[in-house]
Amino acid sequence: MKYSDLAIDFKSGKRSALARMITLVDNEERDGFEFLKDNYHKRKESFRLGITGPPGVGKSSLMNHLIERYAQIYAKVGVIAIDPSSPFTGGALLGDRLRMNKMYDHENVFVRSLASRGSLGGLSTSTENVAQVMESFGMDIILIETVGVGQSELDVMEITDAVVVVLVPESGDSIQAMKAGLMEIGDVFVVNKSDRDGSDRAVEFIKTSLSFKKAASEKTIPVVKTNALNDENIDSLVSILEETKSYLASSGKMKEKRESRKEKEVKEILRDLFIKSIDKHIKNMENTDASPYEKAKEILKKTGLNVTEELWTKR
Amino acid sequence: MDKKIRVLVAKPGLDGHDRGAKVIASALADAGMEVIYTGLHQTPEKIVRTAVEEDVDVIGLSVLSGAHMSIFPKVLELLKKEGKTDILLTGGGIIPAEDMEELNKLGVGKLFGPGSKTQEIAEYISNWHNKNRE
Ligand SMILES: Nc1nc2c(ncn2[C@@H]2O[C@H](COP(=O)(O)OP(=O)(O)OP(=O)(O)O)[C@@H](O)[C@H]2O)c(=O)[nH]1
Ligand SMILES: [Mg+2]
Repeated sequence: MKYSDLAIDFKSGKRSALARMITLVDNEERDGFEFLKDNYHKRKESFRLGITGPPGVGKSSLMNHLIERYAQIYAKVGVIAIDPSSPFTGGALLGDRLRMNKMYDHENVFVRSLASRGSLGGLSTSTENVAQVMESFGMDIILIETVGVGQSELDVMEITDAVVVVLVPESGDSIQAMKAGLMEIGDVFVVNKSDRDGSDRAVEFIKTSLSFKKAASEKTIPVVKTNALNDENIDSLVSILEETKSYLASSGKMKEKRESRKEKEVKEILRDLFIKSIDKHIKNMENTDASPYEKAKEILKKTGLNVTEELWTKR
Repeated sequence: MDKKIRVLVAKPGLDGHDRGAKVIASALADAGMEVIYTGLHQTPEKIVRTAVEEDVDVIGLSVLSGAHMSIFPKVLELLKKEGKTDILLTGGGIIPAEDMEELNKLGVGKLFGPGSKTQEIAEYISNWHNKNRE
């Protein structure tokens, strides 16, 4: 299909056009980038909610219920679910949809699975761009389920407005060890599988460890108990999430997050362009006795970029 | 970036277990494909909706219930309705040779019987992809 036809279908709200545009962006194709550039200002600024937590805690099962609730509140719900690619084969088994089948045929809902494709932060490199495509489609909310993460895969915080960290009763014992990672990024915590022993204790434990970290001026971080098998307490999770959203918006925190997100994107684009523009000079470099610094200076001269003496001396 | 082959593996019908479909799904992932696995009880409508959203190149159905003569044609019909005739519909199960032939005539790809090697299926799909996608 020609890009111009695709863009027309996209504009008219065709589901298959959204799906194809996501593919173009996920594959880093030229047309995909073209689309992102053309549509940046036409996007809806969707509320982006990240769902993260260790493998198997019930993230997808919870999403299944959240999708149902949000489809009642919002007109358009986008879902991105990421599973890991194998570093050996490059293949991926994308199984999140297995649990997200309640709302598959709802007009307001669009679900897309992505493979992490070598990215180690719990997302795929394309996730930000895929979210932007969904925003261009007019999603009111975008739910993003990360790869089941351990500790250091915390990229989700950087591309979302709010993060839900999902744990299970058994997580209580390992929270101390987790404190350098997951515990820092949650706007809301969930203890799922509350049908299992120890869920109340886990909630208390999480509350206590969160209270040590919180500055006195900050809002208390909610901890909610759920059972995704039986749809228990999901409504209270949803209302807490809605409150959190309002708080983030009214306190200016959401704006802050979005600004730093944009800043990071600018940096990434520049870094990428810069590397690409010096690449050919590096490849064509002659094998002389010049020192690495001298060579770098020479290449910089060719790019026309002005690096002050001060920066050089700091390097 | 090289284009990944995206495959939807689904198990339509109401019958019991999905071991076979799961084995195929992991084998295709091991062969380097991105496999969307949706499990049991998939209706043709659900299968096609998922295929559209996930923008897959291939749909693989595991049909053991004997309902292959209704399910495959129905999925084809729905794909046509969505304008998605460039998706390869393939699969396997306990399907008599003459039924396979008839389904092939309708536009269904190669179908694999119970003893088929997963490697054979993966090769068939990547050959199809090489021929029909680059
Ligand atoms: N007992 C119990 N089991 C649950 C609950 N929620 C989910 N499960 C089960 O936990 C298993 C994993 O659920 P998923 O929703 O796939 O978990 P996930 O966190 O998305 O898993 P990954 O994406 O693989 O990291 C499934 O077998 C679910 O049925 C719950 O509240 N209680
Ligand atoms: Mg999951």
